[in-house]
Amino acid sequence: MATIHIDNRPYPAKDGENLLQECLSLGFNLPYFCWHPALGSVGACRQCAIKQFKNEEDKRGKIVMACMTAAKDGIRISIDDPEAKEFRTSVAEWLMVNHPHDCPVCDEGGECHLQDMTVMNGHVYRRYHGRKRTFHNQDLGPLVNHEMNRCIQCYRCTRFYRDYAGGRDLDALMLRNQVYFGRHQDGVLESEFSGNLVEVCPTGVFTDKTLKRHYTRKWDLQTAPSVCVHCGLGCNTIPGERYGVLRRIRNRFNGAVNGYFLCDRGRYGYEFVNSERRTRQPLLRKNRTEPLQLASKRDALQHLGEMLSGRARVIGIGSPRASLEANFALRTLVGRDRFYLGISERDSRLLASVLDILKKGPARTPSLHEVELADAVLVLGEDVANTAPRLGLALRQSVRRQPEKIAKKMDIPLWDDHAVRAAMQEEHGPLFIATMANTRLDDIATRTFRGPPAELARLGLAIAHALDPIAPQVPDLSDTTQALASAIAEKLMAAERPLVISGMGCGDNAVVEAAANVTWALCNMGRAAELCYVVPECNSLGAMLLGGGSLETALEAMNDAADILIILENDLYRRGDAAMVDRLLAAARHIVIIDHIEHATSAKADVVLPAATFAEADGTLVNNEGRAQRFFQVFVPKGEIEGDIKGDTPRDIPGDIQESWRWMRDIMVAGRGDERQWSSLDDVTAACAAAIPFLEPILRAAPPAAFRMDGQKIPRESHRYSGRTAMHANVNIHEPEQPHDPDTALAFSMEGYLGHPPPSLISRFWAPGWNSIQALNKFQDEVGGQLSGGDPGERLIQATPGKKAAYFENIPPGFEPRPGEWLLLPLHHIFGSEELSILAPGIAELSAQPYLALNPEDASNLGLTAGDEVQLRLRAQTDVTADGSAADGSANAATTPAEIFRLTLRFKPGLLHGTAGLPVGLTGMGNLAGVALPAWGELKKV
Amino acid sequence: MWNSLKTMWIVFLHMFRRRVTIQYPDEKPNIPPRWRGRIILSRDPDGEERCVACYLCAAACPVDCIALQATEDEHGRRYPEFFRINFSRCIFCGYCEEACPTDAIQLTPDFEMGEYNRKNLVYEKEDLLIDGTGKYPGYNFYRVAGATIGGKNKGEAENEAPPVDPHSLLP
Repeated sequence: MATIHIDNRPYPAKDGENLLQECLSLGFNLPYFCWHPALGSVGACRQCAIKQFKNEEDKRGKIVMACMTAAKDGIRISIDDPEAKEFRTSVAEWLMVNHPHDCPVCDEGGECHLQDMTVMNGHVYRRYHGRKRTFHNQDLGPLVNHEMNRCIQCYRCTRFYRDYAGGRDLDALMLRNQVYFGRHQDGVLESEFSGNLVEVCPTGVFTDKTLKRHYTRKWDLQTAPSVCVHCGLGCNTIPGERYGVLRRIRNRFNGAVNGYFLCDRGRYGYEFVNSERRTRQPLLRKNRTEPLQLASKRDALQHLGEMLSGRARVIGIGSPRASLEANFALRTLVGRDRFYLGISERDSRLLASVLDILKKGPARTPSLHEVELADAVLVLGEDVANTAPRLGLALRQSVRRQPEKIAKKMDIPLWDDHAVRAAMQEEHGPLFIATMANTRLDDIATRTFRGPPAELARLGLAIAHALDPIAPQVPDLSDTTQALASAIAEKLMAAERPLVISGMGCGDNAVVEAAANVTWALCNMGRAAELCYVVPECNSLGAMLLGGGSLETALEAMNDAADILIILENDLYRRGDAAMVDRLLAAARHIVIIDHIEHATSAKADVVLPAATFAEADGTLVNNEGRAQRFFQVFVPKGEIEGDIKGDTPRDIPGDIQESWRWMRDIMVAGRGDERQWSSLDDVTAACAAAIPFLEPILRAAPPAAFRMDGQKIPRESHRYSGRTAMHANVNIHEPEQPHDPDTALAFSMEGYLGHPPPSLISRFWAPGWNSIQALNKFQDEVGGQLSGGDPGERLIQATPGKKAAYFENIPPGFEPRPGEWLLLPLHHIFGSEELSILAPGIAELSAQPYLALNPEDASNLGLTAGDEVQLRLRAQTDVTADGSAADGSANAATTPAEIFRLTLRFKPGLLHGTAGLPVGLTGMGNLAGVALPAWGELKKV
Repeated sequence: MWNSLKTMWIVFLHMFRRRVTIQYPDEKPNIPPRWRGRIILSRDPDGEERCVACYLCAAACPVDCIALQATEDEHGRRYPEFFRINFSRCIFCGYCEEACPTDAIQLTPDFEMGEYNRKNLVYEKEDLLIDGTGKYPGYNFYRVAGATIGGKNKGEAENEAPPVDPHSLLP
């Protein structure tokens, strides 16, 4: 700790940190543009000028840039010095010279850092009357809008896009006052983090193109703290709603999880909430042959009550994309032994294995922030850039940890970004990527290894053996693989914070176990190794913690004659083989589904109940790290509104959409008459924590509904929310009462506590004079550090360091190509593989079409070129596992008739000879959607 | 006694003063043009809607009686999809006019808005939009702004240099 003197007053500061960051941490309003807490300082914009004095006697001082000056003990500076102030004002004036007169039509307006800084500088009058420089804009794809006239040349965009996120297609072109930030030509931005440009850009050059279609100002959005549902990482988000439509997603800073950035799937996937495929009213049919008909909530519940009364035997299928509370409510409804997880047997085994390793092993599972701190990383089997994109961005930071030592040796402070990058050159820390095919992270990898899951697992086991001779030895290993394993082992041993990343992406338990072996070997050798597993969905771990069998076991239970099947937020056709799901659904006399979108499974249901999406419900999700995080309802979904301004009887019909757990409660009341005393989410959460002691920390994930600040709730609307007395006036002149929220400490109102709420309840980042997202500085004790009061979320899984874990001994045989047959490997896509985000038009536009991938050599051997039609015939469904045996239970391994699929061929470099790639989860995959990969199949040219 | 007589005398003198009270509604009062009465939305000199749906009037409104939704035409010109003022709540403070960056929303000297049914005090865009420029002739926001609209490309607004060609090698 150092003492710095600002305007002759002493303040504590962090020694060696840059003065801008320290001044902001101390609460001073010092304007800046080019500096960003995650990107460091470059001193490009000259906006944070302050005066530095030699000593107490020095009255003249000199102007320095706060962001480029280190805080040293005893340093004397002045922020309020008139000369420094004038300097800053004139810098703002220069930057505004060419800035267009666009604010009224600019999407950044009202949350624009440039607006804030201009006001802060007191630059209120334009003296320049000359001609303004102009640029043509580029079409950067469906996600990001480009309006180059507004640029103030701070270089934040390229620094984020190129230096931080590793993008290559956005750069600064031209020179002097004509610097242009864009691509060499129009086209979709390649980086999957392009959406962050919207938040990184201090003005309106890059804005959210999906928001533009239904534009609303920041102050008019009703917002609540939420958690992303599009992958297993649980990034924190702030969705915003207006007039019943979800308008956009903004990043919600969580120092331990996503920090300042989101991936494009998380930022733009939200539009599924507004999708045409939403279920908004109960659907009902009394007879399977009839089509589903709209029904009232009362009729639907009455019908369900009749179905459930008597001795009906009910089976419940939960979902890894539903909240803990929803799954638990279903478990309570059907009973613990009749609750199934709604994932395939294979996925269920993988998840169980992941959970078991994390719970029992000595290795800690890192948060995303801790991934950034790792200085040697092995990625085993997981295509991180596609299955957990934000983790890929963290890995891009982790490879900087070792080269940073070069800068440290040269006494360059780490915030001095340009100097650090110049010192590091192209050095990258050790990152080893062993995957089934090429990945987008290969450009920063030290070494890569390609192979089918069995080979990946063998490599992992070989590394473990190289680290710790007690670990099982892999027989028949090729020399090159052996050498690679030794090289990787050496680098991991030499690191201070080695990290192993694996996951369920390649669908093989041997890979999951191999990753554990590597980490445990490191732990046994006294290294503080960390182990990170990527799980496919937002609540995969949470669902697993609740327990319950797979779909296959559900089918067995159905065959024992059950009457009613209740399915929660789940499209079973994406989970399991179509024939198996058909049998499961056919076995049920009644099928009830509670979901928010229509899909193949809901089409077969007898009762469909409209569930609330993440934006319309509260709940708890457990991410891949085992962090339980609460997401909060953003808005109350509206029903259809009848009548108009000239009609005689305008009336509001309350919407039928409600949280899944409320449906469960209503069904319990209607069917069994057993009145559960569940009136709010807290009751369900408490019941869940009581039933499963391991989940007890979820009670602390966020304050309860009774929580008040100064006796008030925390408002979801900003204090400048507009149109309250006019927005419903066309329907009914009498203003409706604000909806009540019994579930949380937040209110659907602009009234309430206006100060800073606890970190897990922050609905928006705003502070007086700071309208942009940069207001976040005011919510942190130390700018760039964690949120004041600690980062939200409760970790459920704690490692037991020092514990000796027994190694997994199962060594899969090496991969042997089969003549005439191909091992089909799952290929994940950031845009398209996830069920919900694909319903967002922007994401759908970027999604791939179904295809089959071969490496170019194999394709030419078959006489095929890219774009050709290929016929794919799957071998009978048997799961390929590490030991090569059929993994399915004998009852379910019944062979399905080999189906023939037609797909377009694509080249995918990196696929090993004898393997082919099949995309996961794309729309239009038909019955291929539920096929468990890897699987063997035959290819034929059409 | 004296006081009473004095009072009567003053009242008598008033008979010869000019009358202030006018016989409304038979006789219409003369309202100054800057009177804050019924709100209208004006058009620019080219006859297009002036409102660019920036939401500033709604934000400035102390009684929150303005609601609108922005949308764009195919050339990027922004305009309100709907624009609603609930005059049963309006206090005619004129803040919306003050906040308006494009001179679109204006208060007029018309105050005769009484209705028997409150519903009829909800004005939609069709009810608000007039055909002229209102109090402020001449101003056209899109001629000044850098944003492109149909018929005006980059560099064609007032005081704008022609667009830079980022592929040029010339200094």
